[in-house]
Amino acid sequence: MTPNALEVEGLGVRFGGTPALADVSFVVPQGGTLAVIGPNGSGKTVLFKALIGAVRHEGEIRWAEGTRIGYVPQKLDIERDLPITGFDFLRAKASVLRAPEADIRRSLKLVNLTPKVASRPIDTFSGGQFQRLLLAFAVMGRPTVLLFDEPTAGVDEPGEESLYAMIRRLQKEEHLTLLLISHELALVYQHADTVLCLSAGHRTAFFGVPEDVLTPERLREAYRVPLKLHVHDDHLS
Amino acid sequence: MTTISPETLALPVAMAVAAGLVGCFAVMRRMTLASDAISHVALPGIGIALVLRINPLVGGIAALVIGTILVWGLEHRTKLPTEAVIGVVFSAALAIGSMLTSGENLIEALFGAARSPGLLEVSLGCAGAVLVVAFVLRARSRLVIALVSSDLARTVGIDVRRLDLVYLLAFALAVALGLRYLGVLLMGSLIIIPATTARYVARSLGSMLVVAVVISVASTLLGTLGAPLLHVGGGPLIIAIAAGFFMLGLLWHRRA
Repeated sequence: MTPNALEVEGLGVRFGGTPALADVSFVVPQGGTLAVIGPNGSGKTVLFKALIGAVRHEGEIRWAEGTRIGYVPQKLDIERDLPITGFDFLRAKASVLRAPEADIRRSLKLVNLTPKVASRPIDTFSGGQFQRLLLAFAVMGRPTVLLFDEPTAGVDEPGEESLYAMIRRLQKEEHLTLLLISHELALVYQHADTVLCLSAGHRTAFFGVPEDVLTPERLREAYRVPLKLHVHDDHLS
Repeated sequence: MTTISPETLALPVAMAVAAGLVGCFAVMRRMTLASDAISHVALPGIGIALVLRINPLVGGIAALVIGTILVWGLEHRTKLPTEAVIGVVFSAALAIGSMLTSGENLIEALFGAARSPGLLEVSLGCAGAVLVVAFVLRARSRLVIALVSSDLARTVGIDVRRLDLVYLLAFALAVALGLRYLGVLLMGSLIIIPATTARYVARSLGSMLVVAVVISVASTLLGTLGAPLLHVGGGPLIIAIAAGFFMLGLLWHRRA
């Protein structure tokens, strides 16, 4: 049996007495893919913040020994209006981790960003380029786990590898455990090993394989609106 | 005419280097208003020191350190926005300071004095500037990551709260270094104006740091050397020159 990269038991987060996440439990085996879904305000990003230790929480979070986390936050949480180039940003991480300069080139190559683009200030990056830069930042220092908060649909450059395809390739090449917040239920259905579905109002959290969690009944209960999942062939890649 | 020896220029130049570097991160952290206000907190310290007949700079530095820790604590323990916390704490400091200080002492505290510092003050000031410069250069990578995202900083093992506190203390120390020359009203401006100009013209972190230091040092040297010739106060002239560089930066940016 594959050992677990992460075990979470009875996780809860409160902001000033208001619950933002309540009684969430799940496990992620090493090398596995967990997709976190749920309506806006159900606590998906709060869950990730609890996992990286950015917010206080109740319950238990147990990472496997030697875990190194690479985190790609939501674009909205990021300050971009700065005179900092892509290289400045990556060099900063290399300097903190004492990683060699070669690690920067390797990360850029992994996410298909050219050194020419990386030498520009980050406020000139397109949406897709900036997500790739964040991904390059995350994979520096060879993480064992990648947390990705909503890879944004529609930012992919025409003719280039899609962000989802890139994440899956990285997972394979770097032997990563992947935790992914996503709104794209069809992709979740096809590529996640397990799904954690958080619900509006933090009433219940469903955890299991996609076939068990992504049912019309459970989705309706979580989202409080009727939802149906259609899986199209064009999502297969 | 007052003669200015190289030794007399050592402390202003060291102060200007520290102000330029620390200012870059203040501007990027959107602390421009806050930094002006932070420097005001030195005033009640200067006032109390004058009442107790001790060196006013000692009182100013003590007040800056206490004020900085107070802001940091309030910011992390309450949900009040930083600007609101700083607005209340430092406006109160300015009000209390004005009541404790009066006459020429108040003018000196607000705008700086023309008197030359003693050897001990120059040595301690230069040591303080070296501390600030060493901190900013050593912590620049951590500061950059925390600027972009505090969550990303945590995943890299950076203690964001501690980094915030040390940065604010370095900022307070940079303010303290300039109290003699620029006073509590103008020192915040030497930290902010060169860095804002650099923010406007620079395209990378390294160039921003270099441009801010060059403008800060050039303004300080020109102001210090020009003040006796023009029979004006050194502090106000330094800030006027820095503001001139800012205007040039704006023009250069528009033409570029």
